[in-house]
Amino acid sequence: MTVETTVDDRRSQFPVGMRVLAVDDDPTCLKVLETLLRRCQYHVTTTSQAIMALKMLRENKNKFDLVISDVHMPDMDGFKLLELVGLEMDLPVIMLSGNGDTKLVMKGITHGACDYLLKPVRIEELKNIWQHVIRRKKFDSKDCKNSGNQDKSHIGNGEGGPESAETGNSDQNGKLNKKRKDQDEDEDEDRDENDNDDPSTQKKPRVVWSVELHRKFVAAVNQLGIDKAVPKKILDLMNVEKLTRENVASHLQKYRLYLKRISCVANQQANMVAALGSSDSSYLRMSSMNGLGSYTALSGSVQFQSPAFRSFPPSGMIGRLNTPAGMGLHCLPSSGRLQLGHPQNLSNSTDQVKFHPATVLGKHNGNMLQRMPVSFELDQQNSKGVTHIGEFSTAIDDTPIFPLSNGLPDAKITGNSSNSALAVSTSSMMLGNLQDDQCGRKFGGQSSVSMTSLKSEFCSPLPDHGRCTENWSSSAQLSGYQSNSLLSGDRFKQASTHPSSLRDNLSVMASQMGSNRFDVSSVTSASTQFQDLRTDIQGQQSAISSNAGQTINEALIHGWDNQKPDSTYPSNIMCSSMNSLMPVNDAMGPLEQSLDSKNSIFDRSMDFNLIGQSNYVDPLIMKHDEVEKPTMETSLRSKQGYLLDQKRPQGSYISNTVGSLEDLVSAMMKQEQDKAKSMEGEFDAYSLGPSM
Amino acid sequence: MLGLGADRLRADMNRLLALLFHQGVLDEQFLQLQQLQDESSPNFVSEVVNIYFHESEKLLRNLRALLLDTELSDYKKMGIHLNQLMGSSSSIGAKRVRNVCVAFRAASEQNNRAGCLRALELLEHEYCYLKNKLHELFQIEQQRALSAGIRYPMQN
Repeated sequence: MTVETTVDDRRSQFPVGMRVLAVDDDPTCLKVLETLLRRCQYHVTTTSQAIMALKMLRENKNKFDLVISDVHMPDMDGFKLLELVGLEMDLPVIMLSGNGDTKLVMKGITHGACDYLLKPVRIEELKNIWQHVIRRKKFDSKDCKNSGNQDKSHIGNGEGGPESAETGNSDQNGKLNKKRKDQDEDEDEDRDENDNDDPSTQKKPRVVWSVELHRKFVAAVNQLGIDKAVPKKILDLMNVEKLTRENVASHLQKYRLYLKRISCVANQQANMVAALGSSDSSYLRMSSMNGLGSYTALSGSVQFQSPAFRSFPPSGMIGRLNTPAGMGLHCLPSSGRLQLGHPQNLSNSTDQVKFHPATVLGKHNGNMLQRMPVSFELDQQNSKGVTHIGEFSTAIDDTPIFPLSNGLPDAKITGNSSNSALAVSTSSMMLGNLQDDQCGRKFGGQSSVSMTSLKSEFCSPLPDHGRCTENWSSSAQLSGYQSNSLLSGDRFKQASTHPSSLRDNLSVMASQMGSNRFDVSSVTSASTQFQDLRTDIQGQQSAISSNAGQTINEALIHGWDNQKPDSTYPSNIMCSSMNSLMPVNDAMGPLEQSLDSKNSIFDRSMDFNLIGQSNYVDPLIMKHDEVEKPTMETSLRSKQGYLLDQKRPQGSYISNTVGSLEDLVSAMMKQEQDKAKSMEGEFDAYSLGPSM
Repeated sequence: MLGLGADRLRADMNRLLALLFHQGVLDEQFLQLQQLQDESSPNFVSEVVNIYFHESEKLLRNLRALLLDTELSDYKKMGIHLNQLMGSSSSIGAKRVRNVCVAFRAASEQNNRAGCLRALELLEHEYCYLKNKLHELFQIEQQRALSAGIRYPMQN
């Protein structure tokens, strides 16, 4: 990157004094963030209201280089703010959230966020955020260059404004520089001079591309056809005063880039959204337990219908997409949008086994089994998790649909007695999309759903793209297994053929399924059996960590009262949760040894264990009447026959965990071991009974 | 004499911190906060923590009100409050509080009222413990500052 090298010396100065606008409704986080940013030597402005932030930004586009915003804010959704800032000011925006749900992250990225940070924010992460500023500037500069230089004011208009504030690489400057191939102008100090000196980019009245204006623009473009849209015609169609052809041209260029960036994702999402149709929101809303929760929330907005192109991809769908990037391999042309209509059929047939893979896949070029949201209402269970089983194979390109008959073991399907429809649909879906990741995901979702007691939710987060080779079969198996929580783990054997993809899925699922922690763990545990245990383990780990939460939840739910913390802190409860975690961890233990570091994830579970240090054996755990528990146990057991034995030595996994936490925990764990062991024994017996 | 007192106080403080870390009440994020405290912001930690207490108590009150509303428990709103509590707890390093929030949120997502109630009690318990301990910590710090302040003039 020549640009970077030339500005190398500048860079050493640049991050210093970078002007950041921080927005967060939580005063605690805002204060911490502000101090951290100041420590990085940035110039910080804070506000707790998004509306105020917008106001400040609109006042003067050059006032800030970067915006950091929380996702959940009371007065305005963080994503909306993200859109608006991107539309109007074209500033890099970093999202911040306490929730690291993959769907949310996906949503952030597809809405155009440069980055997505999780709370608590660490200073190391903040020290690097300036790169987004440079990157954006350079990116835009390149665009200008490549665009054949539509017009001088190309970026000089509204959108480009903020960039000029950046390391002197203001768009205006950039343009200027590009023209002159002189990037040395980029300097903060020079910025103003350049602005003044550059006649070509001189103060043209900034055009603010408001949502309304953009809507008209998009309408005009669509009318003309994206390929045929030329600025002059667009301008005429828009019929807006004081809008010059140059403004339109530059905006068009940006729009094209944006489309390219998100079209892959958008297509999939569009498909998903389309498939879900308007009924999606109901489905989606349902499974709050699953990661679907966020999914539903996202889909509810059905943003793809909104004029703002940023929000085009239905957020709900986006969440599901595991790897939009992967999906983006083939950017669907605008034709992708045409697919919106199809899924409608699918949504109608959610409950049914009928799966129109042919039709669906055909449309969507089964290339990517993009999330097939499996929406089915499991009668038997809480109708919570109705995942829409949409066959979205985002027709990235015209790859043939995956043969439906991939030979998904029927066992799976049959296994899901309760969710026969699901099983079929899922298996069918699997056939269609057989993307390993997708499959894994689907199943993961499904399994998680089934795992939870009464849960019939099947999440079908299968965004993945065509990586899947065997996964689908394995995942199908997994799902089959999982759907029948009571089913023995024989399915596992079949299922876990694709640990690698599953891993991804599992990880994704793990992160997605908030409440379905057990499910995820069970899924992961199942997959761990197989060769690529490693990958699975990662998923498991995340599952486990999520499990921790679930465990606590369970403990809380079941007989927490009895365990009223005595003089010690509620370590009892934690203890029980820890104990319940034990089996899972144990299973993971041996796997872990073979795996690389999932330390981070494990640390979390470890942390969790730390909480329950007391040697309090929680009989509550015994009381877990939920199917989940036994199911999990069963699954754990079944999936890893050899691992079962290893459940005993809980300390083993402790030694595997990383970090100093291990030491602490191991010390404590040792105390727990006996108790845990006894507990496990009980668990086993307990779980064996009902599950088998 | 005063010097000894200051040392003892510092030892007390370290011991208390070590205990809290050991128990999992606090985590590394709290250390980061302490590192952010310097001459330019000498009371940073206590300021942030006080803001945190203030906000958290509001949130806890809201949560309790929402839960006790037997007619219609607004789980969604609870989730929002919990998100905020989780975020702020993790920002100051209140690990146990945050973990309970996670469980609480899971229960609320399942519309499990009993589970939520238990989680709330647990949350309040954890929060109270954290608050007490942090107050203790700040008291020790104040005493240290006092003793140091008294010491300097004498040294001079």
